Amino acid sequence: MLRTFSKNKNSLPTALAWFWAASLVCAPMAYVILISFMTRGPYGGVVMTPTLSNYSKLFDQGLTPLIGLAVLRSVLMAAGTTLLCLLCGFPLALFLVFKSGRFRNVLFFLLVIPFWTQFLIRVYAWMSLLSDNGIFTQIFGSTWLFTYKAIFIGMLYNYLPYMTMSLYVNIEKLDVMLLDAAADLGASQFMKFTKIVLPLTFPGILAGSIMVFIPALGEFVIPDVLGGGKKFFIGNLLAQQFLTARNWPFGAALSVVLILMVAISFFLLSRLGKGKELEELI
Amino acid sequence: MLEINSVTKNFAAKKVLNEVSLKVNEGEFVSILGPSGCGKTTLLRIIAGHDKPSTGKVFLKGRDITLDEPHNRPIHTVFQRYALFPHMNIFDNVAFGLRCDKKPESEIGSLVNEVLGLVNLQNQGARSISTLSGGEQQRVALVRALVNRPQLLLLDEPLGALDLKLRLQLQQELVAIQKKFKTTFIFVTHDQQEALNMSDRIVLLNKGVVEQVGTPHEIYESPQTFFAAQFVGSINTLEGISKEKVSETELQVSVPGIGEFKTECNTVGPNTTGHLCIRPEKMMLYSKRPSSVPNVVEGVIKSQSYLGTYTQFEVTLKNSQNFIIFQQNTQKLPKKVFKNEDSVYIGWQNNASHFFKK
Repeated sequence: MLRTFSKNKNSLPTALAWFWAASLVCAPMAYVILISFMTRGPYGGVVMTPTLSNYSKLFDQGLTPLIGLAVLRSVLMAAGTTLLCLLCGFPLALFLVFKSGRFRNVLFFLLVIPFWTQFLIRVYAWMSLLSDNGIFTQIFGSTWLFTYKAIFIGMLYNYLPYMTMSLYVNIEKLDVMLLDAAADLGASQFMKFTKIVLPLTFPGILAGSIMVFIPALGEFVIPDVLGGGKKFFIGNLLAQQFLTARNWPFGAALSVVLILMVAISFFLLSRLGKGKELEELI
Repeated sequence: MLEINSVTKNFAAKKVLNEVSLKVNEGEFVSILGPSGCGKTTLLRIIAGHDKPSTGKVFLKGRDITLDEPHNRPIHTVFQRYALFPHMNIFDNVAFGLRCDKKPESEIGSLVNEVLGLVNLQNQGARSISTLSGGEQQRVALVRALVNRPQLLLLDEPLGALDLKLRLQLQQELVAIQKKFKTTFIFVTHDQQEALNMSDRIVLLNKGVVEQVGTPHEIYESPQTFFAAQFVGSINTLEGISKEKVSETELQVSVPGIGEFKTECNTVGPNTTGHLCIRPEKMMLYSKRPSSVPNVVEGVIKSQSYLGTYTQFEVTLKNSQNFIIFQQNTQKLPKKVFKNEDSVYIGWQNNASHFFKK
C-alpha cells in the first residue's frame, strides 16, 4: 500500500484512503487501547488514571477460566462456522458458476436478498422457525432452539453469503479450458477438483474464510438469541462489559485481546496463502 | 486408425456438423482446414470426447469410442490457448498426465526431462508458467500431451497466437517431432499456408460439411468445389455458361462479353451456369495476342506491385472485372516490362482452369 502511495501521481484518492483508514480504523483502535489502560469511574465512566489492573484482571483466578473458556468456545465456533460455510458455499458457488445457466443472476440475487432485512429480524425469524411450534421441531421431533445446532444454523445462515460470494468471484475466473485439458490428460472428476479447482480457487477460499472467521469470532447476538445466552462467548463477555457491567476499561482490555487474536490468526492465514495472494485479495 | 462415421452435431437448432465422415491412417499428419465457424473445433472436441455427436459414430482402431469420456481415451489435445496449468511449473505441467496414470515418480522424472530436451527446454522444469514466451508455452503444451504417448494427438490451432516467423519455425519443429514420435496428428487450422506446408492430407471443412479430402497438392491443383478453389490459395473467377463437350474431359465455356474458353472438367454437363476459375500464377501476360495459347483475354493493366520473386499485376478486363496475375521474375531486367494503362493479353492452358457449377 505504501508503495502504491508513493508511486501514485494522482494522490488525492490515496490521500482520502489514508484519511479514511486513519479516522475510521486507527483512531477508534487507539482509543480502545488507550482506555484499556485507564480506570473505571464510580458510575461506569472512564477516569483517566493510568493502570494495568484491567490486564492483570484477565489473569484473575476467578476470571481466567471463564475468559479462557469463552475464547476457546469462540474460536471453535468461528472455525466450525467457517468450515460449514466452506462445505456448503463451495458446491453452491460451483453450481452458480457452472450449472445455473440463465438463472445465474436470479439465483445470485436470491443470495443477496436476505441482506435487505435487518440482521436481528433474520435471527429472530430463525428463533421462531426453531421454536417448539416451528417447522424444524415438527420435522425432527425435538426442539433445536437453545442448542449448539441452533447456533450453528444461525451462524451458517448469516455468514454463508460472504463465503459464497468470495468463492463465486474466484471460481468465475477459473478457465474452463484448464478443466478440459486436465480431463484430456486423464484426470478423473475427483482429480480435476483436487489438482486444478482447489489450488486455483485457494485465494477465494482464503478470502472467504477470513471474511467469515473474523466476524464470527466476535459474534454474540446469534449465540445469545438462538443459544439462549447460556453459553458464554468472547463476544458476550465484551457486550456485557460495555452494556451491562459498564466497565469500559476492562471491556477495552478484552477487545485488545480479541484484536490480537484476530491479528495472529490473520497472520497465520496469510502465511498459508504465501502472503502475496492475500495482498492481492485485500 | 481413426474412423469418423457420418457424425452430425446440433447445437440447439444449428447444425454445426452435417454427416461428416473421415478416415485417418496410422502415423498420418492430417489437417482439418476451414474458415472460422466451419465446425472444425467441434469435430476435434468430438474426437477428444469433450462433446458427444448428435448422431454418428467415432471408432479408434476399430473400437467404438463415441461415448467414452475424455480421460478414458488414448487421445490427447494441444489446446488453442495452450491451457497450461498456471499454478504448476513446467515439470509439473508435463508430468500431469503421467501422474494421472499413476506412473512411479522416478520414471516420470526421466520421461519428462527427455521430452523437455526435445523442445530445448532441458533443465528448465522448475520455471513458472508465467515466465514462458508464447513459443515456449506452445512447446510445453505439445510435450505435455506427447509425453503420455497418445495414439492420436489433436492440435487445435496451436500456432494461431504466435507471430509469423515463430509460426514458420514451429511448423517445421512440429513436423519433425511428429515424424520422430510416429504419432498420428490431427491439426486444426484456418491458415491454408500452414495446412499446405505441414500435412500429409488436408480435410477441407465448410459450414459443417467436408468439401474435399486430399493431399496438399490435390487440394490446390485439383479443387473439387468452388469453395475449395477459393479458400485455398487465391483465384480469378469468371461467370459463364458451359457449352458442348469438346472431348471426354474438356468443356467449352462461354463468358458473355469476354470470350470462349476451353477447360478441363468432367463433372459439369452442358448448358450450366458456373464459375470458371484460374489461379494467378497459372496465367501469362503478353503484349501481343499469342497465337499458340488456347485461352486468351484482353485487358488493361490497372496496377502492379514488384515483390522481388514475382510481380503482382491487377488487370481490368472488358467487363470491368479485375484479374490478379503473378509473373515470376525469372530474368534480371533493367526496368519494368509493362507500364500501367498498357493493353495486354492474358493467356492460359486448358488444364490451368477449373469450372464449377454455380
